[in-house]
Amino acid sequence: MSDEQADADTQVTDTAPGDEPVEGASHAEGLANYILGLGLASLLTCVSFFIAQTTLVWTPSIPVALTVLAVAQMGVHLIFFLHITTGPDNVNNVMALAFGVLIVFLIMGGSLWIMSNMDHNMMQAGQTMPM
Amino acid sequence: MSAIAAKASEGTLESGQPHHDHAERAGASKRIIAGYGFWIFLLSDIVMFSAFFATYAVLVRSTAGGPGGRQLFDLRNVGLETACLLFSSFTCGIASIGAQTQRGAWFYGAMAVTFLLGAAFLGLEIHEFAGLVAQNAGPTRSAFLSAFFTLVGCHGLHVTAGLLWLLTMVAQVFAKGYRPDILRRILCFSLFWHALDIIWVGLFTVVYLMGAAS
Repeated sequence: MSDEQADADTQVTDTAPGDEPVEGASHAEGLANYILGLGLASLLTCVSFFIAQTTLVWTPSIPVALTVLAVAQMGVHLIFFLHITTGPDNVNNVMALAFGVLIVFLIMGGSLWIMSNMDHNMMQAGQTMPM
Repeated sequence: MSAIAAKASEGTLESGQPHHDHAERAGASKRIIAGYGFWIFLLSDIVMFSAFFATYAVLVRSTAGGPGGRQLFDLRNVGLETACLLFSSFTCGIASIGAQTQRGAWFYGAMAVTFLLGAAFLGLEIHEFAGLVAQNAGPTRSAFLSAFFTLVGCHGLHVTAGLLWLLTMVAQVFAKGYRPDILRRILCFSLFWHALDIIWVGLFTVVYLMGAAS
């Protein structure tokens, strides 16, 4: 009895990224997941391309909208294609992802912040940099 | 008791998962460890791409009097590339289901479609690069174009490597069948292919759409 419980425990402790979330779930369900992911990703892509070319919205808002749509689409890919979920069997994968995202934000945000600051300070006297 | 033992041996055959022994109870299956390790590698790859993204974002206005993204980028071409890569990601998912259920028609068919879509993506990208170089907007023209070719070309090289890996996996399944170690490699390949699509989402947003909009 306790052996069976332990067995059940090892079944739910971990899932490999990209694996089907539940072992023994029907593969028709897996296929439906991929189709849903494809539909959502296509929709977000179409909206992105539409927003980039439209004149209907206030122009300065376009980069913000594009960023939000891209982050949403990355989320769709992570959930439906890579099967990264918030379930207890996925903690290791999510923690690794969170660390990766932190580093990406530090590198990109930090570079942009520092370089724009330098740019601002060096252009004060109206000189151009000899490059 | 014998039922439990039978169930246990079945588990070993199917997934190679350790069980029952006290020493092994906490261990995860090889498939989970391989997938997790490859996930860590993919995240390090994404961190490398973030450095290229940061470089591009810093240099995007340094056109040295040359053409900028607004004049150079053809969004119709980019849309086609995006569609190719998104559908290839989908067919790659179907191929991994086919491999897990050991249905050859699904696996080989979906892998073939994935390869063709990936090759079409690469063809479109090479065509775009050749067009840029022909109109004197090659990587040596300005800092902006150097950063552009580095970032987009690095993704293209990843796709090329992915296509070679895809052919290797098809050959391995053909020669060795759906062995557990081959299935683990297919899991890693599908992770790699999906991750390339995630990077492409960031790429077409930051480089092409924002470049054309600004």
